[in-house]
Amino acid sequence: MTAPSLEIVNLSVAFGSDRARVQAVDNAGFRVAPGESFGIIGESGSGKSTILRAISGLNDEYDGSVLIDGRAAPRPRNKAFFKNVQMVFQDPYSSLHPRRMIRATLMEPLEIHRFDRRDERIAQALSDVGLAPEFAYRYPHQLSGGQRQRVAVARALLLEPRIMLLDEPTSALDVSVQAGVLNLLNTLRLSRGLTYVMVSHDLRVIAHMCSRIAVMTQGRIVEELSADDLRSQNAEQDYTRELITASRVALAAE
Amino acid sequence: MTDTPVTSSRTSLRAWLEAPAASTPRQARAQAAWRGWKRLLANRAALAGLIVLILLVVIAAIGPLLTPYSPMSQDLSVRLQPPSMLHPLGTDDLGRDIMTRILYGARITLMMALLVALIAGPIGLIMGATAGYLGGWFDIVAMRLVDIFLSFPSLILALAFVAALGPGIENAVIAIALSAWPPIARLARAEALTVRKSDYIAASRLQGASSTRLILRHVMPICLPSVVIRITLNMAGIILTAAGLGFLGLGAQPPSPEWGAMLASGRQFMLTNWWLAATPGAAIMLVSLAFNLLGDGLRDVLDPRDE
Amino acid sequence: MSEPLLEVKNLRVAYPSAHGYSDALRGISFALGREKLGIVGESGSGKSTAGRAVMRLLPPKARVTADAMQLSGVDLLNASERKMRDIRGGRIAMVLQDPRYALNPLKTVESQIVESCRIHTRASRSEARDRALAMLEDVRIRDPQRVARLYPHELSGGMGQRVMIAMMLIPSPELVIADEPTSALDVTVRGQILDILNERVEAQGAGLIFISHDLPLVGDFCDRVLVMYGGQVMEELAAHELARATHPYTRALNASLPPLDRRVEELIVPEHDPEWLSERRA
Repeated sequence: MTAPSLEIVNLSVAFGSDRARVQAVDNAGFRVAPGESFGIIGESGSGKSTILRAISGLNDEYDGSVLIDGRAAPRPRNKAFFKNVQMVFQDPYSSLHPRRMIRATLMEPLEIHRFDRRDERIAQALSDVGLAPEFAYRYPHQLSGGQRQRVAVARALLLEPRIMLLDEPTSALDVSVQAGVLNLLNTLRLSRGLTYVMVSHDLRVIAHMCSRIAVMTQGRIVEELSADDLRSQNAEQDYTRELITASRVALAAE
Repeated sequence: MTDTPVTSSRTSLRAWLEAPAASTPRQARAQAAWRGWKRLLANRAALAGLIVLILLVVIAAIGPLLTPYSPMSQDLSVRLQPPSMLHPLGTDDLGRDIMTRILYGARITLMMALLVALIAGPIGLIMGATAGYLGGWFDIVAMRLVDIFLSFPSLILALAFVAALGPGIENAVIAIALSAWPPIARLARAEALTVRKSDYIAASRLQGASSTRLILRHVMPICLPSVVIRITLNMAGIILTAAGLGFLGLGAQPPSPEWGAMLASGRQFMLTNWWLAATPGAAIMLVSLAFNLLGDGLRDVLDPRDE
Repeated sequence: MSEPLLEVKNLRVAYPSAHGYSDALRGISFALGREKLGIVGESGSGKSTAGRAVMRLLPPKARVTADAMQLSGVDLLNASERKMRDIRGGRIAMVLQDPRYALNPLKTVESQIVESCRIHTRASRSEARDRALAMLEDVRIRDPQRVARLYPHELSGGMGQRVMIAMMLIPSPELVIADEPTSALDVTVRGQILDILNERVEAQGAGLIFISHDLPLVGDFCDRVLVMYGGQVMEELAAHELARATHPYTRALNASLPPLDRRVEELIVPEHDPEWLSERRA
């Protein structure tokens, strides 16, 4: 494997203190090569989103290390880190500021990082995610869920990051809309050489999007396998097999 | 023929405002304002409140032109006249025309209400939004301060300040503002608490936004509508407190035509010459009611969540 | 199929909007026996509206019309509100998506099930308690005595949904409407809940309307499927034929799902054809 773009070593996250302490992530570790798409699958409470929040710096209280290109990510995260690593959230209905025009939302990262040619970049970012330039002048409530998620992707892309963290980016969308957003994410990754870390509870989505997949349950990564293994149900751990079976057929007993 | 361009420009303005998609930032903002305006028009009570307040502003601006009298000039030969053609609202115990005094008093009332809103609103908004977003020690200190202020009835608090600062309109304004900001801060904090964990704040943090930027550009715009609504609704209370201070002789001083002071001096003639107290009283009530109605209407307009 | 349990003919629902009325349902018809009928569609297709219209749970401003809407002879469209209160929960039960919002947070599991039982049957308190415990056992809760004393926030998602099923099915309804009953659950729990739902509905001989956005799930679980789009029924077919559907919309939905058995480069994004909405009006 080439030098990893992102590496997680012995990552542990705990919430609460003393008796109410919950170990949300327990000694997790993985490496993601440049241009690779790495998936984390797990059920609710498995700690998969907590890992993303720790990587992004939204939650700074973690043990272990997050390495970007071999160097530990600064704590707290600085602007240079955010320029490199961006995130797309699960629910496009809550990840865009409801009272700000799309243009203002997209302008913000450019202002913070002092980019030039701002209007040009916004128009380009919108067209990259398949939206007409007029969308800049709308408010979030005037957009559909799929359009909002495209705007959220455009916002993440404006800083030209190399690593994208995707937190269930399509679970709030209809399947027909999901297809378009997943295609877009795949195209963007290939054309820009982006590295993805994607979290999902949906086996279909994760197998389609990622080449390697970590299976998480109760805060631990129990197994790491390839998408082909996942499709051919070639899993070592019982939990992984159970997850695959449950996702393939609706009725466990039938 | 001549009016064709006018109507066409009017219809095109309407089309511009109601176009399904805006093509410039200005158009988008204008459209948002237009939709809010239409919602306000749909609310009859709020519209009535707005009209009364616009009238008040107009009166405050051009009041002196509407009357031949001066608010201060005394004419003891016509003291305590009932309403008549010459004096539509009668005269007071010093023979001053009451309508003239009400018109001039509108200026004072409006000025006080506006000043209080301009002082208390921003202080409350900044304190509340910052405390709610930052949390920690700042939140604890700010909120205990608010608790201390809230534990006194606002009129008593204002009385105490005026007693310390000395009577007069300026001091009354400061006193009322000091007692008006804590509830606003508490409201803004509650709103800030609901948004600080939201995804769009997290998304901005991940763009590298500083806390100042987040509070000013993200948290405050969310708190602003409820603060505006609250201040509008409080306006009635502010006017009443101002009038109350005037009434107690701690706000505007005679012979100033402040409504509360007028009410106070008319009090001793209440049983024999009702118009002395009733007219400023009615003015206070009308304006307070108008602010309340408008505040309720603004709640519909400024809350785009159920659009 | 025996005589239909539920018969709906040309059901229309419209909401007042800025420009007159906007249609949420544009004339849907279906009949249901003692079987599992799936209603699938995307958000805005009207599938939930259909379920709520049958229970007459739509907001009062909604304009509901139909040529017929009958539950084994009872006219649901014109029944009085008082009569509907008996029917709701008694003869028609509804299982909702998220038990956290559908159960009363201040009451124990037992008291909620007992209440549901006593409102609709003439059971005495102790009788109702016995039946509640038996019902909890029926939904495969291992330790009903303990679970009965818990409050909703102490239950996991799967456990909560079992309690909800127990509560809804204890008055032995003839028709159960389940609106996305497993969407809030983890996949590994989903199978058990569907199993339990299936078993209870069959044991009581009730009809089931299963509303979901999940095509493969409905295909596996139901007997028959209505595919809805834009407030209309696009297609009605046997569930096992869902993978071989003929209507372009159903086919597009199937194709847009990432496949589990092979790798594809690009997913097919459905194109919505306005023709689909006009064909039935003609």
